[in-house]
Amino acid sequence: MNDVTVAVEDTTPTVDDVMVELHGVHKSFGPLEVLRGVDLQVHVGEVTVILGPSGSGKSTLLRTINHLEKVNRGWISIDGELIGYRRSGSKLHELKEKDVLKQRTHIGFVFQNFNLFPHLTVLDNLVEAPVSALRRPRKAAEETARGLLDRVEETARGLLDRVGLADKADAYPRQLSGGQQQRVAIARALALEPKVLLFDEPTSALDPELVGEVLDVIKDLAGTGTTMIVVTHEIGFAREVADTVVFMDGGVVVEQGPPAAVLDDPQHERTRAFLSKVL
Amino acid sequence: MGLTTPSASAPPAAASPGTGPGAPPTPDDPASLKVVPARHYARWVAAVAVIVLVAQFAHGLATNPVWEWGVFRDYVLSETIVHAVWVTLQLTAYATVLGFLLGTVLAFMRLSRSPVLQTVAWTYIWIFRSIPMIVQLVFWFNLSALYERLGFGIPFGPVFWSVDSNSIIGTMGAAVIGLTLHQAAYAAEIVRGGVIAVDHGQLEAAAALGIPRLRQIRRIVLPQAMRAILPTAGNEIIGLLKGTSVVYVMSIGELFYQVQVIYGRNGRVIPLLLVATAWYVVLTSLLSVAQYYVERRYARGANRTPPPTPLQRARRFVRTLRAAAAQRNQPVTPLKPLGDSR
Ligand SMILES: Nc1ncnc2c1ncn2[C@@H]1O[C@H](COP(=O)(O)OP(=O)(O)O)[C@@H](O)[C@H]1O
Ligand SMILES: [Mg+2]
Repeated sequence: MNDVTVAVEDTTPTVDDVMVELHGVHKSFGPLEVLRGVDLQVHVGEVTVILGPSGSGKSTLLRTINHLEKVNRGWISIDGELIGYRRSGSKLHELKEKDVLKQRTHIGFVFQNFNLFPHLTVLDNLVEAPVSALRRPRKAAEETARGLLDRVEETARGLLDRVGLADKADAYPRQLSGGQQQRVAIARALALEPKVLLFDEPTSALDPELVGEVLDVIKDLAGTGTTMIVVTHEIGFAREVADTVVFMDGGVVVEQGPPAAVLDDPQHERTRAFLSKVL
Repeated sequence: MGLTTPSASAPPAAASPGTGPGAPPTPDDPASLKVVPARHYARWVAAVAVIVLVAQFAHGLATNPVWEWGVFRDYVLSETIVHAVWVTLQLTAYATVLGFLLGTVLAFMRLSRSPVLQTVAWTYIWIFRSIPMIVQLVFWFNLSALYERLGFGIPFGPVFWSVDSNSIIGTMGAAVIGLTLHQAAYAAEIVRGGVIAVDHGQLEAAAALGIPRLRQIRRIVLPQAMRAILPTAGNEIIGLLKGTSVVYVMSIGELFYQVQVIYGRNGRVIPLLLVATAWYVVLTSLLSVAQYYVERRYARGANRTPPPTPLQRARRFVRTLRAAAAQRNQPVTPLKPLGDSR
């Protein structure tokens, strides 16, 4: 069991226009302290890009946000609602799995390895969660799904004359290219109409020539005011799309700010060292 | 590696004019040389020996009067035997369905985070894999000696309603229970093996999408686990089909029991054992065919191009034969250079 200590007095999420808020988040795996007090605020409609060396706790941070990992200390809120806990008076009650699952429908998660369901068609991949978690009627869910496939298709269309994804609705994921699979995975996350989208290195498993089509879809989403947190090593993408760049190392946020500040004029030695390796 | 020609002096056929069909063979062009296939004398001898042995056995089967094919013919489709086959099928079906249902529950108990559930499931599997099926069946057969009456009530408290145990668990019921409990222990391990073979990322994706827990198992985990479960489960069900013959100890009219009854009366042991054998072979073959199609169904999406169906494969085979025949009718076909044919 995790040893959860939350300072109750502090659990007052800032409402205003803050969509995601992390406050003093600690997370350990056994003796290994992976997150050592992370504070972060993401405003509505903003794109936050998280950079940092391998093993610095970026994936763990994203996973605590949708409660795939429980925090040991601190709290996380989305749109003013605590994740994984319910506050009543001076106590925090751990939520039942059913309620955690409901909270997760507001948080889209895109994995490095896509994690599409290989035994379901593309359309069924998109329809599954809206039907089973949100109890949408199947017909309506399918219609939305086709619309989303068109959307992630069109934004990637400019690249080459690619096979349309909408025509692939009845194909199985393994019959698609990596780029197509990741775009389907993004559409799958969007099908729940989440309040925030989390991306964990969405292009790291792709061949170099397929990276662009996935980044284009994310850029398009950024343009339409979707709140997003993106862990990536694509510095060019961060510079172009991010409102805030966060540099993490050793389980803490080392520095954060607008891309121009963090990427071009880093204040910390560790940031400079990392950037000199990546750029 | 069949042709060894100095490669420096062997230009590809396309590059050397005059080596088309009908051109006179030139000694230094490998494309026009005749190929002598290697001869495998030992293989031929072995094949002939095996064919002779098989023929001898088949001849014996057909002509040796001991087999009494007339008696076999009289009984194989007789009403008693067909009914006995039906009982065997029923026992197999019940024990398969109930056994795998209980087995699936046990598998998820073992995989659960609750130490109590884990321990109970582990103990169950340990015990029921340890007791020989026949011993267990006789136990159930004598259930009324163990528990004369079965009742419903508060555990360790008063009983509201009870019945005579033999009256609700007839022999057939006892047999089904025995087979089911035995089967469940094995099924549990098969299902658990299938579930842990599913990529962990699948469960994470399902959880991240907020898909309800039971639905995650039914819709995401189990269908993918089936790929690993089916081959072993197929074995297990075929084993069970033949294993039902053990319930003859309970005097249930399944195939093996009925055959014994008949040869006990008329003394025609061999042909009646043949009757049972023939039926077990037929039923097992049907199960194997069914298994093939069920496996195919659950393989959807597992490969980029699904493997051909038997029908497609048959068509392809015919096409190959035709093409080969057409080639044989061609006058002279010079061999292609080795580099091309690979
Ligand atoms: N489930 C886990 N159990 C034990 N250690 C883990 C687990 N998940 C991550 N870690 C460790 O936590 C550290 C940070 O991992 P991660 O968050 O994946 O880093 P990043 O995504 O920045 O590369 C690594 O040292 C990793 O080995
Ligand atoms: Mg990572």
